[in-house]
Amino acid sequence: MLEVHLPGLDLKNPVMPASGCFAFGAEYGRLYDLSKLGAIIIKAATLEPRFGNPTPRVAETPGGMLNAIGLQNPGADKIISQELPRLADYDVPIIANIAGSEMSDYVATAKKLSENPVVKALELNISCPNVKHGGIMFGTVPEVAAELTAKVKAVSKKPVYVKLSPNVTDIVAMAEAVEAAGADGLSMINTLLGMRIDLKTQKPVLANKTGGLSGPAIKPVAIRMVYEVSQKVKIPIIGMGGIQNADDVIEYFLAGASAVAIGTANFVDPFVCPKIIEQLPKKLEALHVTDINELVGRSWRPCVKKNASSLR
Amino acid sequence: MLITGHREIADNIFELKLQGDMAAEVSQPGQFVHIRVSGSDSITPLLRRPISICSVDKKEKELTLIYRRSGLGTERMARAEKGSRLDALGPLGHGFPVPQEDAGSALIVGGGVGVPPLYGLSRELVKKGFRVTHVLGFRSAKDVFYEQEFATLGQTIILTEDGTSGQKGLVTDVLDGLNYEAAFACGPLPMLKAVKNKVTGRPLYISLEQRMGCGIGACLACVVRASDTNDGKGYRRVCCDGPVFKAEEVELC
Ligand SMILES: Cc1cc2nc3c(=O)[nH]c(=O)nc-3n(C[C@H](O)[C@H](O)[C@H](O)COP(=O)(O)OP(=O)(O)OC[C@H]3O[C@@H](n4cnc5c(N)ncnc54)[C@H](O)[C@@H]3O)c2cc1C
Ligand SMILES: Cc1cc2nc3c(=O)[nH]c(=O)nc-3n(C[C@H](O)[C@H](O)[C@H](O)COP(=O)(O)O)c2cc1C
Ligand code: FES
Repeated sequence: MLEVHLPGLDLKNPVMPASGCFAFGAEYGRLYDLSKLGAIIIKAATLEPRFGNPTPRVAETPGGMLNAIGLQNPGADKIISQELPRLADYDVPIIANIAGSEMSDYVATAKKLSENPVVKALELNISCPNVKHGGIMFGTVPEVAAELTAKVKAVSKKPVYVKLSPNVTDIVAMAEAVEAAGADGLSMINTLLGMRIDLKTQKPVLANKTGGLSGPAIKPVAIRMVYEVSQKVKIPIIGMGGIQNADDVIEYFLAGASAVAIGTANFVDPFVCPKIIEQLPKKLEALHVTDINELVGRSWRPCVKKNASSLR
Repeated sequence: MLITGHREIADNIFELKLQGDMAAEVSQPGQFVHIRVSGSDSITPLLRRPISICSVDKKEKELTLIYRRSGLGTERMARAEKGSRLDALGPLGHGFPVPQEDAGSALIVGGGVGVPPLYGLSRELVKKGFRVTHVLGFRSAKDVFYEQEFATLGQTIILTEDGTSGQKGLVTDVLDGLNYEAAFACGPLPMLKAVKNKVTGRPLYISLEQRMGCGIGACLACVVRASDTNDGKGYRRVCCDGPVFKAEEVELC
């Protein structure tokens, strides 16, 4: 009922923690069995270790939060030697999120991580708003995104999902460009660039000044983008942004997603992923759906008339 | 957890008692809980709020927290009524190490709402046979709390910035003449820095605050730099490596 098959990923269910919100699984692994998850998207890896931005790195907003972590990570080599072996013990596919400042960084990191047997797919993060250099061009100029995708595809031993930035005027153009360049799938969306100003200090709350907005506040933006893009591309979409419960997951499927990722909600309720996985079958039954894949894109697919009883 | 008590003990300072199985898991004074103020069906405020465990009564399965009502979250928290439930995650983090042997003398320095976890610490130290001196700083008389409770455990020096209660001044004004073998501090960053400069040649443990996301070590919102430039990681997470650190372990900035 919940099984989903995507390039490189045979998932027992379509629910996975989003990159950067689950580190490398160790912390949540102390709370529940990670094998329950459809997959795990691990924290962004860069070629060299990164310390990230000064603090404060997070600020709360109405129904959301801003973060400017700044891609802090121990670097690809340490991730491979210290984090991935531990994840091999679980029956759960790992998706490695990859970031960089130069094309060559991305390519080298992608090559290394895709060669690891624990990694089943790459998620190419061309959309992090919190790093000074690189990041933004890759995520906002279709030609640059396409070139990067093609270069990474050329070296990657595993399927490549490109994670799109919502901070663009034409999300469809971005999606079509990376699809044409060989992307196997899309992840959408990353965070929306935002800011909060402290009334007492009269300065931005975040040390980095701007940060990425996530949480329930961004869900309508993400739903709209998945809805538009899924009608224009043939590759599958991992939908994310503001998911809090099983109804939100269904909304993403209706919009056109084939799987979902959950970020900020893990901070609010650390058990949110297994809870949603447990609730989904009942929700599907209530909709008279026997296979979650039936829901993909139903909001825009031509209406298939059902028997009258379902119209009650 | 079940709210078994909730009252204002000083100006905008609340004492909250929570009952539940979590009490049994508290292993060190200075650990904290991460409270979801909004209830399960609301997204405002979205994030949990970290509040230190002030003391624990394992027999009654009860935690005492003390917090200042300041922003949206603690404003909501202050409205929670006795008999209702509060979603608290914890106990989280590493607290103050209580030496197992060699009871001696300890100095405890607290400022404002940094004072609460030090009460639980002092109780543990006194139980182990330590002689404890408390130096507690507040803004004004109306902000002072737990003076009596600390006084029953050991010498207690109260200071206020305006002199309306105890001595007038800052906690660091009185540290020079005191005898102690180890020191423990919690309070605003400028206070911790000043205490670090005063306490030399003896171990000093400090409890830090940092804005948090997850509270369990996964999001890297709450990091501080490690002092040792050759440190393998280069950073510590306040939520799970701390909030209590040896003063020389982390950069205070
Ligand atoms: C480990 C730890 C222990 C703490 N123990 C206590 C305690 O025992 N008593 C007490 O009164 N306060 C304590 N604090 C501070 C307390 O967490 C904040 O006062 C509280 O989060 C403010 O929430 P608010 O909704 O009222 O304020 P808002 O300004 O609305 O909060 C907005 C956001 O900023 C965060 N934030 C604001 N101030 C702080 C701060 N000082 N530290 C960390 N995050 C902050 C909030 O958690 C929230 O995410 C502790 C903080 C930490 C990190
Ligand atoms: C604290 C934090 C850290 C994040 N780190 C990354 C990251 O390293 N790489 C990445 O591609 N996305 C990162 N993201 C974005 C999330 O993966 C996700 O796309 C976004 O938060 C929207 O989902 P949500 O609303 O469920 O959180 C991060 C988000 C947050 C809140
Ligand atoms: S608050 Fe997430 S790592 Fe500390």
